Amino acid sequence: MRTILSNTLVAYASRPDFVFLTGDLGFMALEPVRTAAGARFINAGVAEQNMVTVAAGLARSGLRPWVYSIAPFLYARPFEQIRNDVCLHALPVFLVGNGGGYAYGVMGATHHALEDYGALCALPNLTAYVPAFAEDVGAAIARMTAAATPAYLRLGRDEKPKELVLPPYAPWRRLLAGGGPVLVIVGPLAGGILAPLLSWPEASRPSVWVLSELPVHAATLPEELLGDLQRSGHLFVVEEHVVQGGAGQMLAHALLTRGKAPARFTHRAALGYPSGRYGSQRYHRRESGLDPESIAAALRAGAA
Amino acid sequence: MNDIVREARLRLLRMHYESGVGHIGGNLSCLDVLLTLHHRVLRDEDRFVLSKGHAAGALYVTLWSRGLLTDDDLKQFHKEGTKLAGHPPVTGVPGVLFATGSLGHGLGLAAGLALGKRLTGESGRVYCVMSDGEWNEGSTWEALTFAAHQQLDRLTFIVDLNGLQGFGTTAEVADLGELREKLHSFRVQLLEIDGHDPAAIEAALRTESDRPIAIVARTIKGAGVSFMEHKMEWHYLPLTAAQYEQALAEIAGR
Repeated sequence: MRTILSNTLVAYASRPDFVFLTGDLGFMALEPVRTAAGARFINAGVAEQNMVTVAAGLARSGLRPWVYSIAPFLYARPFEQIRNDVCLHALPVFLVGNGGGYAYGVMGATHHALEDYGALCALPNLTAYVPAFAEDVGAAIARMTAAATPAYLRLGRDEKPKELVLPPYAPWRRLLAGGGPVLVIVGPLAGGILAPLLSWPEASRPSVWVLSELPVHAATLPEELLGDLQRSGHLFVVEEHVVQGGAGQMLAHALLTRGKAPARFTHRAALGYPSGRYGSQRYHRRESGLDPESIAAALRAGAA
Repeated sequence: MNDIVREARLRLLRMHYESGVGHIGGNLSCLDVLLTLHHRVLRDEDRFVLSKGHAAGALYVTLWSRGLLTDDDLKQFHKEGTKLAGHPPVTGVPGVLFATGSLGHGLGLAAGLALGKRLTGESGRVYCVMSDGEWNEGSTWEALTFAAHQQLDRLTFIVDLNGLQGFGTTAEVADLGELREKLHSFRVQLLEIDGHDPAAIEAALRTESDRPIAIVARTIKGAGVSFMEHKMEWHYLPLTAAQYEQALAEIAGR
């Protein structure tokens, strides 16, 4: 996804309001942006607080800054700067965090972003974009720039099954129709979980939705999603984020608000580090029961 | 400027007295700088950031002094439903670009504005008034490093060096020694002035350079009121009626 980001932003670099800041990261990825943007590519150094604050000043000057780091360094360290300088003023600052969830795997806990969109969605005026597939990144960027409000883009690794025909990007998309539970997945997890389900009989497989923009708004829940939920009575949310502040909580709140709460609710979320050991993203997903095999097993067992 | 300063000090004391609000000491220490900046220096194309947001009272009185806020506005300071909060608000006050009050933000915001002017080709300077206590904040040093590295030649920041912070003197809390020596080691143009001398303030604010300008303004917390001067407690205390009368007499008599 980072390569797509770089290629997309190269196309934006000629815009008069474009400016890009990085917290000294992006080696072997952002060089094309640096070349295209020239003086408007700024390495702000290993100083994320100041980078975000400077971006707010740039946005007040009529520019639309992109602010890049790896996800864990972008939302937690400068949280107050995001809140006070960017979000309170609804400024068009676009935060790009690479490596959401456990993406940095064995690099360790400090490099994981397990509570990023939950924390950021508590702030006013901010929308978090969590593309599930590389093909989504360009469309998400287009929506971020069109909205011109504070945004956080959580990037991961593309895991799209080759055989999947992807509908155009939207905050909510149904990727697979099915007669089982309504499975709502956030972000790139969707690809791996979806792959084995494609061959299941339609009557028994879940209805699979991918959610790409947060927070969840009760008023804009798709009618098709509500229809699927009414039919199945079982909502199953999967996300590479902790329970607290996660999409599962947001969606449950939205459904309760609408008076559409399903009879059953299953939530698979990041559990942190149950064993105290470290490994690949796949390793950590498995520990949290987020891997495709665990989800398929849960679905077969009736999502107990 | 002396008459303007005297009138503003009286109005500031009245506003704080009527609202029963503290933070008077740090407002009085930077009031001369704010007044000189707004009356004598700032042009339409310039921008201003009050990094020491707890001096909102001094800023509001300065804007009143320039005719940008009304007497009725000041009467609402700190009252229920006011637009004049205890720290500069998000919207509703002319010239306030950012809500401040958490220290360590202003220099970076001003650096962003100055960089924005460079990138967009807009004219004008960016001024930022800071406290000395906020040099405890790591983000302030991040911002200084950035501004110096980027050689932001449209940026002027003024440090209100009154020597007192929240719970002690700056020397007692986290002693930096001479701040000017630290600033000098960065690539900034360093000026040092008496922060209560309008002519010196104006000359410093009008200085231009090929690099960021740092003005160390030596000031007195509670300046102009004998029982407040150099006293930490006036970071917090509201005035009693007797104290208010004495303060008025001292300032009016000068």
